[in-house]
Amino acid sequence: MTDAIEDVESFRLRARTWIRANLRPLEPHETLAPTLALPVQTEEEELAALARERELQRMIFDAGLAGIGFPREYGGQGLTTDHQRAFNAEIVGYEYPARLQAPTFSPCGAVLLDFGTEEQKRRHIPAILKGEEIWMQLLSEPSGGSDVAAALTSAVRDGDDWILNGSKVWTTGASTADWGLCLARTNWDVPKHRGLTVFILPIHQPGIEVHRIEMLNGSTEFCQEFLTDVRVPDSDRIGDVDGGWTVGTRWMFHERMLFNSPFVSIPVGTSPGEVGAASIVNVARDTGRFDDRCVRDLLGEAHMLELVGQTLRRRIGRGVAAGRISEQSAAITRLFAGVSSARKATIAFEIAGPAGAAWTADDGAAASCGDDFLMRQTSCIGGGTTEMARNVISERVLGMPRERTPDRDRPFRDVPRSASNRA
Amino acid sequence: MLLELSSDQEIFRDTTARFLTSRVPISEVRSLRNHPAGFEPDYWREGAELGWTSLLVSEEHGGGSVSGGGLVDLTTIAHEFGVHAAPGPLVPTNVVAGTLSTFGGEAHRPVLESLLAGTSVAAWCFGPAVDTDGRGPAGPRCRIADGEVVLDGVQRPVEAAGQAHHILVTARAEGGLTQILVPTDTAGVSIEPMRTADLTRRFAAVTFDGVRLPVEALVGEPGDADELLEYQLQLAVVIGNAEAVGALQTAFDMTLQWAFDRYSFGRPLASYQELKHRFADQKTWLEACHAVNDAAAAAVDDRSPDAKELVSAAKAFIGDYGSELVQDCVQIHGGIGVTFEHDLHLYLRRVTVNRALYGTPADHRQRISTVLENRKERV
Ligand SMILES: Cc1cc2nc3c(=O)[nH]c(=O)nc-3n(C[C@H](O)[C@H](O)[C@H](O)COP(=O)(O)OP(=O)(O)OC[C@H]3O[C@@H](n4cnc5c(N)ncnc54)[C@H](O)[C@@H]3O)c2cc1C
Ligand SMILES: Cc1cc2nc3c(=O)[nH]c(=O)nc-3n(C[C@H](O)[C@H](O)[C@H](O)COP(=O)(O)OP(=O)(O)OC[C@H]3O[C@@H](n4cnc5c(N)ncnc54)[C@H](O)[C@@H]3O)c2cc1C
Repeated sequence: MTDAIEDVESFRLRARTWIRANLRPLEPHETLAPTLALPVQTEEEELAALARERELQRMIFDAGLAGIGFPREYGGQGLTTDHQRAFNAEIVGYEYPARLQAPTFSPCGAVLLDFGTEEQKRRHIPAILKGEEIWMQLLSEPSGGSDVAAALTSAVRDGDDWILNGSKVWTTGASTADWGLCLARTNWDVPKHRGLTVFILPIHQPGIEVHRIEMLNGSTEFCQEFLTDVRVPDSDRIGDVDGGWTVGTRWMFHERMLFNSPFVSIPVGTSPGEVGAASIVNVARDTGRFDDRCVRDLLGEAHMLELVGQTLRRRIGRGVAAGRISEQSAAITRLFAGVSSARKATIAFEIAGPAGAAWTADDGAAASCGDDFLMRQTSCIGGGTTEMARNVISERVLGMPRERTPDRDRPFRDVPRSASNRA
Repeated sequence: MLLELSSDQEIFRDTTARFLTSRVPISEVRSLRNHPAGFEPDYWREGAELGWTSLLVSEEHGGGSVSGGGLVDLTTIAHEFGVHAAPGPLVPTNVVAGTLSTFGGEAHRPVLESLLAGTSVAAWCFGPAVDTDGRGPAGPRCRIADGEVVLDGVQRPVEAAGQAHHILVTARAEGGLTQILVPTDTAGVSIEPMRTADLTRRFAAVTFDGVRLPVEALVGEPGDADELLEYQLQLAVVIGNAEAVGALQTAFDMTLQWAFDRYSFGRPLASYQELKHRFADQKTWLEACHAVNDAAAAAVDDRSPDAKELVSAAKAFIGDYGSELVQDCVQIHGGIGVTFEHDLHLYLRRVTVNRALYGTPADHRQRISTVLENRKERV
């Protein structure tokens, strides 16, 4: 590189100046209550919120602040995780396009950057950074999400195209997204990891039926897709034919590294998809229990978990970036985030007292702690379960013996399946 | 400990690691069990030559750090102390040396020099540094009149009081908290050894009965020690934590190796998913212990506004999760894990004692909630 990279402090100042002049400070009620991912909204509300986010993202792009870790030739800033961290500190307390961050910028954008052809990158990354394309991940299937490499969705070559058939599920925001990153099986006669290929495809097209799924708190952002003879040109293949697992491994790495990524903006002190410790303080205030020594103990614990989580992410992120520890170590931050978020949801629920069972708007931050408690385990399931993280840590990081895997050296078509998926 | 040390820090750490390996192998640690001081004087003097007591002392007074962050450097030494379950009053000596360098007067200079040279060690009575909600003795009181300080009261447990030539005492005076450097041979000072869960560290109950000293013994402004005490507490907690993390690292490494070597039902323990998942939790907690204490050390070195909450988060987390981690190591060892013959308990002891010193996890959670309460605006 000929021109020197902007230093972090001058970038920070530039971001601060622009954010304060152009973005709306959040109202207290917008950051008030603990919330897990997937808010309960009507479809119109959801679409309006997304339209606003696209608009915000375009403003950020025009200001030269979008895509901090993406290279300049694709519309990004070509900067580092430290710059992203500075931005994350400056964006605290301001409106920002929260939903575009994941999975659009990462893992989807990050995977395109790692494996996309020059043409694919030029076509999609600038569009992503301008807020024009919202992406989602077509990874999990009804037959299983943990064992991602056992995908049953098939892709069959037809001239210059591929024909996809199958079903994907638990996809967040599919009904409002534009493009999807999709893992499919292209070869059934080799062991499972060697017969996968990754494709990109527009979600809204005749062969794809998208159904919303209601979650137990009433949110309908979860979806299932049915793919019937969906035609994808070979130019929309990502990585090599049957090389999907190489792509998939990186894909999951980006997913586990979300909180420590140069691609994603997450205001400091918040953890999307988690109950934040700061909002638990509000629960204590609104229930008038701040002076209770037991409640203070719980608040201390929640804030402790948050600080430890932040410092752990930084340690692992730097260690991976510097090559001191393997990429598999990202599973450590994933496990900690899942378990500590579940604990924080319990703490919020505990402090809310009876308002956790029944509430009105007068209960302030204590309202909906009950709903959040019902949704508590999402933090240990979404993005790969905590059990999978424990397998990765023990087997890949600590080198302990692998679990028995009868599917390892067998052609995938001969591998035993769940009762509901047998042919 | 940091994943990446500078090459100077690495040399510095490694020098101590090698010294400890040769001077206090486990057999030596075991035999020091019945030693009245828990360590030999020349061991400590040679350690001081390696920089054990100089990192928090200014260059002007003969100290200096390796990296510019004296506490971060000191955590690498403390880490090795934990890894080797090594003896010696690292925490109180450094807290006192650092304090005398920054706040001590001319009268304290010879004491500081002997601490730097390793020819003496120091003890620290931290008094009410941590609000324990009325538990424990009220701690010493003092009066200042006619050019004299008069000190009364009891403090316990005080690490290395029986080995120290000087104790830095925190006492309540009319104007507020006051610190006094008390020679242990002053009339009216009595030191009663206590029993402890650690093999080589020594603790005592110290009684001050009408102890009289000239006002030159005061450290800092009388009645104005609150901030100083808070800073000392942060140093003590971070050093103790780093030592606990070193001990956890050894306990974890030993247990992982055991799981590979030990077979049941024709398979290594390491092949059972239930145990693998527990090791995954342990590994996660261990990395988290390293991470939060390193962040706390850097924050204290930088006098950063979030130092207090990070230090308390580190103490609360390492205290609770560290204890669970090392107890689970015992569990996975089975019967051998609760024997004296096996080495695991040396690390269990370190972690256990450090958890209870300088505020329990619960005390530190209260401190965190006070930080949160003082943040006026809603977030
Ligand atoms: C909030 C949320 C958002 C999500 N968003 C998306 C998305 O956008 N795109 C997408 O593709 N998917 C998404 N998912 C799906 C998610 O990735 C899967 O739910 C997850 O990977 C688990 O897969 P599964 O539900 O099929 O459970 P299964 O894989 O059937 O697992 C069931 C249980 O068995 C355990 N288990 C399975 N195998 C093992 C083993 N070998 N050892 C030990 N335990 C095992 C699991 O840990 C789990 O507890 C989302 C899920 C949630 C909750
Ligand atoms: C206080 C005390 C008193 C005792 N008194 C007696 C007595 O009077 N008489 C007597 O005969 N014995 C006695 N014992 C021995 C005791 O029964 C054994 O220590 C115990 O059965 C475990 O065996 P072990 O120590 O060989 O550990 P191991 O069998 O080697 O086990 C080590 C660890 O691996 C775990 N592990 C082993 N196999 C598996 C597996 N398949 N799946 C998951 N985890 C596994 C164990 O749970 C344990 O955590 C006593 C032990 C103690 C601590």
